[in-house]
Amino acid sequence: MGDERTPLLEVRGLTTEFVSERDGVRRAIRAVDGVSFDIGRGEILALGGESGSGKSITALSILRLVPPPGRILSGSILFEGRDLLALDEHALRRVRGARIGFVFQEPMTALNPVFSVGDQIAEALAVHGVAAGAAARARAIELLDAVRIPEPARRARDFPHQLSGGMRQRVLIAAAMACGPPLLVADEPTTALDATIQADILDLLLAMRQAMGLSVLLITHDVGIVARVADRVAVMYAGRIVEIGPAAAVLASPQHPYTRGLLASLPGRTPGARLGAITGAAPDLATLPPGCAFAPRCADRFEPCHESRPEPQTLSPGHSARCFLHGGAAR
Amino acid sequence: MSLVDVAGLVKIFERRQAPWGRPRRICAVDRVSFAIEEAETFGLVGESGSGKTTTVRCLLRLIEPTAGSFLFRGEQVFGLPAPRMRALRRDMQMIFQDPDSSLNPRMTAGAIVEEGLVIHAQGSPAERRARVRELFELVGLDAGMPGRYPHEFSGGQRQRIGIARALALGPALLVADEPVSALDVSIQAQVINLLMDLQQRLGLTLLLVAHDLRLVRHICSRIAVMYRGRIVETGRADAVFRAPVHPYTRALVSAMPDPDPGGRQPRIRYDDAFDPGADLREHAPGHWAAV
Repeated sequence: MGDERTPLLEVRGLTTEFVSERDGVRRAIRAVDGVSFDIGRGEILALGGESGSGKSITALSILRLVPPPGRILSGSILFEGRDLLALDEHALRRVRGARIGFVFQEPMTALNPVFSVGDQIAEALAVHGVAAGAAARARAIELLDAVRIPEPARRARDFPHQLSGGMRQRVLIAAAMACGPPLLVADEPTTALDATIQADILDLLLAMRQAMGLSVLLITHDVGIVARVADRVAVMYAGRIVEIGPAAAVLASPQHPYTRGLLASLPGRTPGARLGAITGAAPDLATLPPGCAFAPRCADRFEPCHESRPEPQTLSPGHSARCFLHGGAAR
Repeated sequence: MSLVDVAGLVKIFERRQAPWGRPRRICAVDRVSFAIEEAETFGLVGESGSGKTTTVRCLLRLIEPTAGSFLFRGEQVFGLPAPRMRALRRDMQMIFQDPDSSLNPRMTAGAIVEEGLVIHAQGSPAERRARVRELFELVGLDAGMPGRYPHEFSGGQRQRIGIARALALGPALLVADEPVSALDVSIQAQVINLLMDLQQRLGLTLLLVAHDLRLVRHICSRIAVMYRGRIVETGRADAVFRAPVHPYTRALVSAMPDPDPGGRQPRIRYDDAFDPGADLREHAPGHWAAV
């Protein structure tokens, strides 16, 4: 299992490209552009950002499930000492599900409507050779119990349509955890759920981390969720991580103007006050400016921002931001 | 006199499980009562299925209520004959959640905003066009944009078109059902600011339906919390958030993800042990809860 001090997952320079054709012109879009981060054992890293920032494509790239015409251009994804990008499809299948569990946003569509939820979890166990037959069904009931589904033995025989959205999301987490993977990739696992159920699912993730040292890559657009469960947070904008650091430090003193803008645009802190909205809208990835992608919307921009892309500047151990305000400008 | 005075609103849906079966009765809204003053922002909050959207759809008579009364400036809205109802709709307009499905993709943005003016025969074509330009400016859209189609706008801009359409006839009451939940955080803030500005500048009365407690706390002066078709707590927003009384409200407020580090409140869970049929009682001046 490797040294306790080496990170469980090391992503370096991950770049995923989509090629599209519009009006006969071939355009390459870098949905993920040179993304690097680590996840330690038992750590929850939140990957935040708005729609189109590349956070979901980053998650899919780690699982090598990028839908065509997307493809991973470069980078490395070291997981348990192996580069996932170098594995063949056969070896990859023994990682997906078995060593890296994943949960996606839609609890309504991710389950097969014609099989009972117990059978679907048992199938995951059988596919990976963990257990089969009666043993797999018994283990499925244990897993449903572990995700705090009441009356798990009865619920295992239920079909997806008989369960509420929150219960279905628990079933998906149970299925993702079936083989006891050390890493769970969860893409907006609570977005479609009500606030009280969302809080239950987040508590469940925290409990599983506590009980089995689970590491989690949690994709979310919700700063409240970051504050509630994440140890560290990486903020993405236009395919790049613009700020990464301990969640408490980033939320208390954000160092990238985009992170600052996002936090200022949250309602509820000072009722009735105008929100510090970021002007404009997210850029078109096909026509990014030569400089910082955020510069056109940034209130703090100055000349270097239009000339070249800022590299990450380390501000304190483990906390860095891609912004010329913190140095690194050519002059 | 309150601008909006709702009393004992009930909506029962009947659904047949099978064509030969007995219809099943679902009480989506159960004896809901509240009042909204002129120029006030009132929030209706609750989780999915709590009946908040059904409540406002009944008020605008997009669906017919089963029972109850709705006085708008003292006039009984339920049971009004169609011509009078049409005239009254000029005074109460709605903004929908999803700007993608609530704007006709085959109409230009200008035509969408102008449509209400045409239906209500307001002004000459030239006057209407001038009004559309004025509305575009009011909601922060480029005056050169009316000729474009909805798909040429971003999500935030599309929601601005929906707001301009709702404001075209100069309504007194604006009903906004989850107006920003489909938008990204930074765009949400722009639209929330716009709604707050418009409310102040035009003296609008705003009825906001939302599940996002942070948003509701930010812009509403008073709120009502709905649970399973009933209002379980109502009062000034600051009082309800600071000292929730009903077990469900307490659970909801404690589940609210707080972006401030160190602000992690312990979760309070609720069980269904409380009496779902309890009447609202006044626990502090203006602060009512069904316990």
